[in-house]
Amino acid sequence: MSTIDVLDQQPPATDAAGPRARLRGLHGLSREARIGAGILVVLFLAGVLAPLIAPYGQNQLDFTNVYKAPSLSHFMGTDGAGRDVFSRTLYALRLDLGIVVLVTYPPLVVGVLIGAVAGYFGGIFDAISARIVDTMIAFPFMVLIIAVIAIVGPGVKGILIGVPIVGWALYARLARSEMLVLREQPFMLATIALGYTTRRTILRHAVPNLMRSSLIYSTLDMVVNLLLLSGLAYLGLGAQPPSAELGSIIADGQSALLTAWWVATLPGLVVVLFGIGALLLGDGLSDGRLRGPLP
Amino acid sequence: MLNYLLRRVALAAVVLFGLLVATFFIIHLVPGDPVRIVLAGRATPATIARVHHQLALDRPLWTQFSLYVSHTMRGNFGTSFTLDSPVAQIIGQRLGPSAALIGYGMLLSLLIGVPLAIVAALRPNSWLDNVVRLGTTLTFALPGFWLGLMLALVFGLKLRWLPVSGYSPGVVGILRTLTLPALALGLALAGVVVRTLRSSLLEVLQSEHIEATRSRGFSELRVVGKHAMRNSAMNTLTILSVNIGFLIGGTVVLEQVFQIPGLGSLLVGAVEKRDYQLVQALTLLAGAAVVLASLATDVVQALLDPRVKLDGR
Repeated sequence: MSTIDVLDQQPPATDAAGPRARLRGLHGLSREARIGAGILVVLFLAGVLAPLIAPYGQNQLDFTNVYKAPSLSHFMGTDGAGRDVFSRTLYALRLDLGIVVLVTYPPLVVGVLIGAVAGYFGGIFDAISARIVDTMIAFPFMVLIIAVIAIVGPGVKGILIGVPIVGWALYARLARSEMLVLREQPFMLATIALGYTTRRTILRHAVPNLMRSSLIYSTLDMVVNLLLLSGLAYLGLGAQPPSAELGSIIADGQSALLTAWWVATLPGLVVVLFGIGALLLGDGLSDGRLRGPLP
Repeated sequence: MLNYLLRRVALAAVVLFGLLVATFFIIHLVPGDPVRIVLAGRATPATIARVHHQLALDRPLWTQFSLYVSHTMRGNFGTSFTLDSPVAQIIGQRLGPSAALIGYGMLLSLLIGVPLAIVAALRPNSWLDNVVRLGTTLTFALPGFWLGLMLALVFGLKLRWLPVSGYSPGVVGILRTLTLPALALGLALAGVVVRTLRSSLLEVLQSEHIEATRSRGFSELRVVGKHAMRNSAMNTLTILSVNIGFLIGGTVVLEQVFQIPGLGSLLVGAVEKRDYQLVQALTLLAGAAVVLASLATDVVQALLDPRVKLDGR
């Protein structure tokens, strides 16, 4: 089973133990998931520590070293302005991963809450939100973001506004379908018997249980968002120069593809590496080898 | 049956109306005065007022919306600010390459995906199945535009088999100019096709009628390839239709990579030049394409598959 399939599945029956029990499960991760997590940790660290570990400045020009092939002094070679591609990639990773986290996790929280409420109560709110979710999911994501960018102008702002507009929808669908099963569970019924408020029932008792599949799905969502982000940056609609994004470095390298293949190729491999890491982690987590209260 | 179809069409109409509302506001959400932004420094107050009037921006919002809806219904998408000709005409000229790219990409995803899914489903959890699974995982991690560049580097620039940019119509022209971008587009979708079809095939293979086919002594390849595929074909069709939005997004970027004069490059150019009318029309068109594709799939499914329960839905 994989993250891709998560959405198609019947929601699994959920155990009644609290969210805290999840902590002991970290040692039960499969090898796959651990490799994936390792890749992600390295890439996130590289991004966070970019100013400390980058050998050159992100826009440090050196016209005596134009289009130099990868070597010990320039791990990923240099571009048409003699800038060190490795350093630029590190800074780009810092910016891109920062944006990816910002456009993945806040919508996750919103989506899970909307889905939880829709699934718990059903009725008219459920029907309306389901229609909106369907429309959002079907709409060409790239075109919608580009329309938002057309409104607010090129740059990170358009992405920070545009992606969350759509991003919550899948989580809402996931959480809703799980809530339909969850609300019939004995411990959920017990909260009614105990006289808890609906708010407490949903937030304290249901949502922690709904989070798991959303968190697993979020690994795939991060990949989708990074691909989207680099695509937009490639089109010149992302962060504006002099800020580098992985996509814009690749775009810079396109004109010299044959003479200096490394400029376009190597930053792309970093995107692929991130994708593999996140997908391995997601696949590993959804294999059910994670010990703990959740299936 | 008729009841189901009518409800399905009504639902599509509601979503299309929602799309109209959403795209209508594109031009109104632009901070400041869109006309001033487009005309920049080269406009006198009189010109600005004239363009305002031309776009009906000086009328009440409600009037503007009903004008927008009635114009759109008649296929009148207004006049492009920057290209100075009717939007509908511009789109008509650019539609061909994009449609060809999407169709070709879908075809390649099936040509690659279906055999791999059958192979994987024949021997689940074998080394072959694992290789296919790894391969599909990889396709999800590949940025389409970067894959396109790599294909252009290897097959275009190094091996010189195919051109790396441009577009020419006709079957031969499409095969020559669109094979690389369609491959870049189709590979990601092939991953989705393999995953869905494989799990669908495995499920069908558990069923009794497959048991019956097996007991008649047909080869496993024939059981899977013919009898199980018939049941899974509709799933594959649905997957393609669900992913049409993804394909449209992919063409936007790939058209830029391969310099194809289609709707995607038109959209990117329109954003750069702040041609709001064009952006509005293209967004509406992309959304409508998705809605209509999913409607068409549901209708075809209802007509062809006797198992679809029509009244219950």
